Amino acid sequence: MPRILTGNRLETGDVLWWNGSDWSTQIKDAVALGEEGDALVARLVAEERINDPVLVDVTGEPGAYVPTTTRERVRASGPSVRADLARGSLSTEVI
Amino acid sequence: MYRYDQYDQAIVDARVAEFKEQVGRRLRNEITEDQFKPLRLMNGLYLQLHAYMLRVAIPYGTLSGTQMRMLAHIARKYDRDYGHFTTRQNIQYNWIKLEQFSDLLDDLSKVEMHAFQTSGNCIRNISSDQFAGAAADELADPRPYAELLRQWSTLHPEFSFLPRKFKIAVIASDTDRAAIQLHDIGLQLRKNDAGDLGFRVYVGGGMGRTPIIGKIVRDFIPVGQFLSYSEGILRVYNRYGRRDNIYKARIKILVTELGIEEFTRQVEAEWAQLEPLGLDAPQAEYDRIIAQFSDPEYDLTATDTLDLSDPDFAMWVAQNVHAHKQPGYAIATISLKPKRGIPGDASSAQIDVIADLAEKYAHDEIRVTHSQNLVLAHVRKADLYALWQALDAADLATPNLDLVTDIIVCPGMDYCTLANARSIPIAQNIAAKFENNVAEQRDIGELKIKVSGCINGCGHHHAGHIGILGVDKKGEEAYQLLLGGSGAEDASLAKILGPGLDENGIVAAVDKLIAFYRTARSAPEERFLDTYRRLGPAPFKEAVYG
Amino acid sequence: MDNQDQSAVAGAPSPALDDTPALLRFRDDAPFESPIAPLADFLGGGNFAAVRVDPGENARDLIPHLGRLKLIEVAFPKFRDGRGYSSANILREAGFTGEIRAVGDVLVDQIGFMRRVGFDSFAPDAPLDPGVVQATLDRYPYVYMKSADGKTPVWALRHG
Ligand code: HEM
Ligand code: SF4
Repeated sequence: MPRILTGNRLETGDVLWWNGSDWSTQIKDAVALGEEGDALVARLVAEERINDPVLVDVTGEPGAYVPTTTRERVRASGPSVRADLARGSLSTEVI
Repeated sequence: MYRYDQYDQAIVDARVAEFKEQVGRRLRNEITEDQFKPLRLMNGLYLQLHAYMLRVAIPYGTLSGTQMRMLAHIARKYDRDYGHFTTRQNIQYNWIKLEQFSDLLDDLSKVEMHAFQTSGNCIRNISSDQFAGAAADELADPRPYAELLRQWSTLHPEFSFLPRKFKIAVIASDTDRAAIQLHDIGLQLRKNDAGDLGFRVYVGGGMGRTPIIGKIVRDFIPVGQFLSYSEGILRVYNRYGRRDNIYKARIKILVTELGIEEFTRQVEAEWAQLEPLGLDAPQAEYDRIIAQFSDPEYDLTATDTLDLSDPDFAMWVAQNVHAHKQPGYAIATISLKPKRGIPGDASSAQIDVIADLAEKYAHDEIRVTHSQNLVLAHVRKADLYALWQALDAADLATPNLDLVTDIIVCPGMDYCTLANARSIPIAQNIAAKFENNVAEQRDIGELKIKVSGCINGCGHHHAGHIGILGVDKKGEEAYQLLLGGSGAEDASLAKILGPGLDENGIVAAVDKLIAFYRTARSAPEERFLDTYRRLGPAPFKEAVYG
Repeated sequence: MDNQDQSAVAGAPSPALDDTPALLRFRDDAPFESPIAPLADFLGGGNFAAVRVDPGENARDLIPHLGRLKLIEVAFPKFRDGRGYSSANILREAGFTGEIRAVGDVLVDQIGFMRRVGFDSFAPDAPLDPGVVQATLDRYPYVYMKSADGKTPVWALRHG
């Protein structure tokens, strides 16, 4: 199962995904990571600029990954009860 | 209500400066997140699913119009235009940025507010009765004592690294509107045979993983000594509360493991050491604070006549308005449980409206209730109709206080990192079946449904007549059904009725429970809870699972 | 700042050359540097003038012996474990005027509270930034409640 990297930006708390070279606030930009993902997490933990960096399991295709847990789907879409605050690239419908 | 003097303001200003400096050190990477986390938690700042969440303290749930308007300003400027009122009479914002937090604290401190000790293993915001100072059944206003506790517990040097959080509630009537028996310390003001004022002291109540009803450690502590007595309780807890297991760290576990007799003996022994040290504030300080909670200048010509010819207004009065101790006045509760709403949420615009109405009609005071509603405590009956019309225009006049749609709900998995399941949609789906028919809701009568998204129990599910608890069932959201809890003076803990259910199943189960209750009650006045207590779980279980 | 050894704060604490953590002291007498007995050994009858109290140990056991103690070390293996605050306060309430030293995971954000409950020296595992220490200790002009440091609570200031 593909894994993508997510975390929250220290300064803003924003939910972020790793697009291969930088962070994005849209899950559609996320890239699947292999072994290098674990090394990246270790580096981020040591750097202390991204809170709670973690690799999460997803299904689907590049550009349309959907996390396997409700929790991560909520993080990706926004609160299911506030469609007006949705992040954009993943509909609250998928929760 | 209480106003800061130069000392209070100087302490808040210093605390704000201290936290700004701590934020600066974190942003410059001079401290790690592990070191910073307890510091930010002591300022009510959590990292949640979507962003930082901030919990602002509303001491004993009382605030002025100016303070209320500041809460709207915070929502507008630093958040997404809404806030969430909580069961401990605070407000939470869900989309806060750390880099703006210093400015936010500055704004709050301009109106004598802050976020200290709204989280972390310290003494939290003191809660109280939302009808304090207005209720016909109270002995005295409990809030001066809550304020004394607030000051005593603010930046307490010995008790800022307790085994776990510590929550205190104070009331002054036999009707418990603050769930004192479900707090770490619950204080009930009373008179002894000699006519002196003092407190009955409950210790070791709480919800969460191991719900327990508080026990009486002392039937009467004179008001003049309740601070040193509290110090004694806290010291025993700080020294002997468990620190090996976070789930056993609350004082309720210590009280249970020692037994109430031994725990009481230790507290009394500790208090004997502490009492002579002069820790209690002097009478002059009591008098100063009590004076600030004196009655507003009532209109002595106000009358009790009320025109109830508008049926919608009459319905709201019947359901949301309570008797006031002053002739010609009433207590109005503003429901934050509108149709299709999120329980406890209010938009900036609504918060502003309420601030204006409080200034215009309610002697500039607003209260937050533990059931996530708001109260205008001193309204002339003659003004009720105008007030109701203004509330109605802002979708704030839902006549459902204590009814089936007045549901307490924690944020659940829509916001909270600790959640197992969503709780808000469950409440919305339950309410959807009843919200268009107030007459039916009123026929069902008082029914307290409480929903938590995980075992921490922020939604008070253990104190629900019907409690619902979100659990994780192999990665799927599932819900346990509990019955028979109460957070009032007849406190009891709800018990699990049967196997967990999915989202649709739980909503349908509540329907079945209510249908069964309506056929089984002995009289229309018998509440759901009382029918349950009379009949026991078996027929209710049969109704849901049979 | 009352009664403190300015040099310890103002001068950058010299990085420890050996394993001994830099000592931050707020006393005028010379530091006591000799064997510090674990509480059990001390109570077992050894002839010590310094003792160490770990979290979970009862500081009140020392009360009969305070007269012959110069230094009581209170250990903080983890800063989140606040039992040591009660230990220090209890010792001061019992009249102990010797040195009470906080040792271990002692962070700058805690030392204001520690000073209040009666600690007057600090041996933190990681050196503290003296500027931040100074700012922390100078921060609060008033306090709400009495504690071992004898500061006047605001209720007393309000009513003179
Ligand atoms: C969304 C962020 C929140 C987090 C992370 C959080 C966390 C927790 C945790 C961990 C506990 C269990 C503590 C224990 O048993 O030792 C707890 C209990 C509680 N929380 Fe929350 N909570 C949150 C929001 C809320 C909200 C929104 C409310 C009010 C609606 C609330 C009210 C309570 C209450 C009343 C308890 C029970 C206290 C007791 O056990 O006596 N919390 N919370
Ligand atoms: S009960 Fe659980 S899910 Fe709900 S707010 Fe509390 S910690 Fe979060």
